[in-house]
Amino acid sequence: MVAFTVNGKEQNVNVTPDTPILWVLRDHLGLTGTKYGCGIAQCGACTVHLEGQAIRSCVTPISAAAGKKITTIEGLSPDGSHPLQKAWIAVEVPQCGYCQSGQIMSAAALLASNPKPSDADIDSAMSGNICRCGTYNRIRRAIHQAAGNDTQGGAA
Amino acid sequence: MSMNRREFLRASALLGGGFALGVMLPGCGREEKRAPAAAGAAAGSGAATQASAQQAPFKPNAWIRITPDDVVTIVVDKSEMGQGVLTSMPMLVAEDLDADWSRIKLEQAPADEVYKNPMLGMQATGGSSSVPSSWDQLRKAGAAARVMLVSAAAKQWQVEPASLTTEKGVVRNPANGQTLSYGQLATAAAGMPVPQDPPLKPASEFRIIGKPMARTDTPPKTNGTAGYGIDVKVPNMLIATVAHSPVFGGKVGKVDEAAAKKIPGVQAVVPVENGVAVVASDFWTARKGLQALKITWEPGKNANLSSESIHDQAAKLAREPGKVARQEGNFKGGMDKSPRKLQAVYEVPFASHANMEPQNCTAFLHDGICEVWVPTQAQTGVQMTAAKITGMPPEKVIVHTTLLGTGFGRRFEQDFVADAVMVAKATGKPIKLVWTREEDMTHDFYRPYSYHALQAGIDEQGAPRAWQHRVVTDSIMSRAMPQMVKKGIDPSSVEGAEDIAYAIPAILVDYVRQETGVPIGFWRSVGHSHTAFAKESFIDEVAHAAGKDPYEYRRALLTKSPRELGVLELAAQKANWGKAPAGVFQGIAVHKSFGSHVAEVVDLRMENGQPKVQRVVCAIDCGMMVNPDTVRAQVEGSVAYALTAALKGPITLKNGQVQQTNFDNYPALRMNEMPPVEVYFVESGAKPSGVGEPGVPPLAPALANAVFAATGQRLRSLPLQFKA
Repeated sequence: MVAFTVNGKEQNVNVTPDTPILWVLRDHLGLTGTKYGCGIAQCGACTVHLEGQAIRSCVTPISAAAGKKITTIEGLSPDGSHPLQKAWIAVEVPQCGYCQSGQIMSAAALLASNPKPSDADIDSAMSGNICRCGTYNRIRRAIHQAAGNDTQGGAA
Repeated sequence: MSMNRREFLRASALLGGGFALGVMLPGCGREEKRAPAAAGAAAGSGAATQASAQQAPFKPNAWIRITPDDVVTIVVDKSEMGQGVLTSMPMLVAEDLDADWSRIKLEQAPADEVYKNPMLGMQATGGSSSVPSSWDQLRKAGAAARVMLVSAAAKQWQVEPASLTTEKGVVRNPANGQTLSYGQLATAAAGMPVPQDPPLKPASEFRIIGKPMARTDTPPKTNGTAGYGIDVKVPNMLIATVAHSPVFGGKVGKVDEAAAKKIPGVQAVVPVENGVAVVASDFWTARKGLQALKITWEPGKNANLSSESIHDQAAKLAREPGKVARQEGNFKGGMDKSPRKLQAVYEVPFASHANMEPQNCTAFLHDGICEVWVPTQAQTGVQMTAAKITGMPPEKVIVHTTLLGTGFGRRFEQDFVADAVMVAKATGKPIKLVWTREEDMTHDFYRPYSYHALQAGIDEQGAPRAWQHRVVTDSIMSRAMPQMVKKGIDPSSVEGAEDIAYAIPAILVDYVRQETGVPIGFWRSVGHSHTAFAKESFIDEVAHAAGKDPYEYRRALLTKSPRELGVLELAAQKANWGKAPAGVFQGIAVHKSFGSHVAEVVDLRMENGQPKVQRVVCAIDCGMMVNPDTVRAQVEGSVAYALTAALKGPITLKNGQVQQTNFDNYPALRMNEMPPVEVYFVESGAKPSGVGEPGVPPLAPALANAVFAATGQRLRSLPLQFKA
């Protein structure tokens, strides 16, 4: 048994300790907003927060979360009203949308530590998240918008 | 495009039953099948939803249901893979229905003959056909319902229908200001005659089409509730994963299951087509079980296949004439008379779709039906696939289409559907079968490798006199849609080459099919993704050989192709062609595909001997647009997709196996590499043409042409590899 907190709720799951957090969330807790993309920390679709830090849940074993707090896309805000979620909607970022949970969680960790990121800060924080639809310029714009930055970054 | 009126405009006699069953609930009969699963995006993540029971909903056709509470339910028969059909399709219906957009609910269509895509001949989403194929069909569906609602109001008020107007979900009598809502009229409207050819609004009266509408699927895609295939939950479901023969065409020899079966949670090992699946309580356990299997593979005849052997075979095949796809003027004579001759070989490698969501499918056989939940581009194919495996008639296969974590053509294929149905059949359980990323990348239906031999002759003034484009590549259609292959020519192999728009007196385009043994399929923009690279790079070579500016050279050859010319000139103007700042080099390309015209200008700078794309300027003429911001987004995304394929990869083969396995050795473009993209529209007012793919083909040649401008290096194969 491993005990931890997900989105403010205490959880106990009966899995082998090497089970990645991703599969505990998806298959055991039914939190499917966190996505499987590569399984080797290359695409960022599985990004969640562990004690506030963005981590790749596909390669982080649940044992690393024992006694700790996990936040997933479902728990980022009670009603989808996080400034990033609002900006994502205003900018119409998603296409297929599959990577966007991970994108938003990476961006949320960035803004938590750096409320006014530059384009270079965004590149550095977001280049671990792949989007095959190519929504990167809109992601950049939405992060700037959520941060209240004047610069819009990228292009139309 | 033809449409079966009888199917399309039948008044529904099935007025009972107002339930919309959610994707978690197994349907078990014809009526429930026709009451489709809630659209994942609209209804959230596979949650069971139940529309309030309504009496006698008005169902004028397969796309519309109006209930007395004024809710207009629109059935979307295309798959949402990011291209915005969950917004554009209802916009088409709502426009001619004069519906109140704020009262619209969406449902994803079940698999049914009535939803056959008129351009593809089956229920399917692809070929950039969603808006073009639905433009008349869905607008007429809306218009027919509107006529019936107006007739019902006219009857009640004892006035002429022509004296009434409609707006935002109500019928109005301008003479006295009376109104009746569509909900109030729904029951009576169901009894009105069905108009066979309802009039459509002129474009000048559009209130929805062409206006920027918020995408209906955006909110659930920002909070984790959007439901993809991989997120499907069915009670008592088990999870499976699979390994197929690493060598294409190989077979399973022996399987030692002992170690796998010792893993707690592993429930079964099941043979599938050319592979083995492991079934467990969760994905992680299934994957562990798969890794513990000891499988001996029989590689078969492709054991020695390699990228080199495929290249060598193509080079040999290119020496002999192919089947003639287009012949105009006298090519040989034109060449003989040309004082200057050029020839070049271009090569484009295999490419993987690398869908963000790995292939997956959920299947459950019960009560004489086979239910399938799947992110698919081809519902008809799913029915046929499951019918073949289960022995059931296709109509007993109930297809619940989920959201797709990208499609790009990969999800036309049925291999992952077959896997899931086979395992579900063998176990008797609901099975969600999920491929690993490694399985996905090594068992794709790849964009085919292609080899292009080009020749051109130029006259004294530099104008081209003769042009030959010989395409050597494998045939996708011979497997996927054999009826499309005519006289040995696969149109998807030569598209974009045989319809070259440049005014050249002698043109010869021929095709040599190369059978490689590698599975190939539709990859975003299909043949255009390779023919445009060869054509638009080679015309650039010809322009330079003639001593002309490559933009002006193209212009002069396009005077009789106004739409190509329109986008070419707009892109050049917006990119400030010819006036780039010092250190910035430009390349241009123009190409028509899926009925749309796109020109792109790439600005690049050399940094540490490597090109860095500074900006991409695109101009597109896709006719009338339904949701302009979505068109913009599709072109932006096309640039990213094409840039990945132009700069990264390729897929290579050794010993009959694909060597790339995941995003570490088959990288995708990332945020720090994404250039600004500007998209401009040429508003030709033409009927809508494709949008999802036409932004892809011009990118690689525009980039290669910019590299030539910057370095003098003419790079003739993808991915572009620079000599620093």
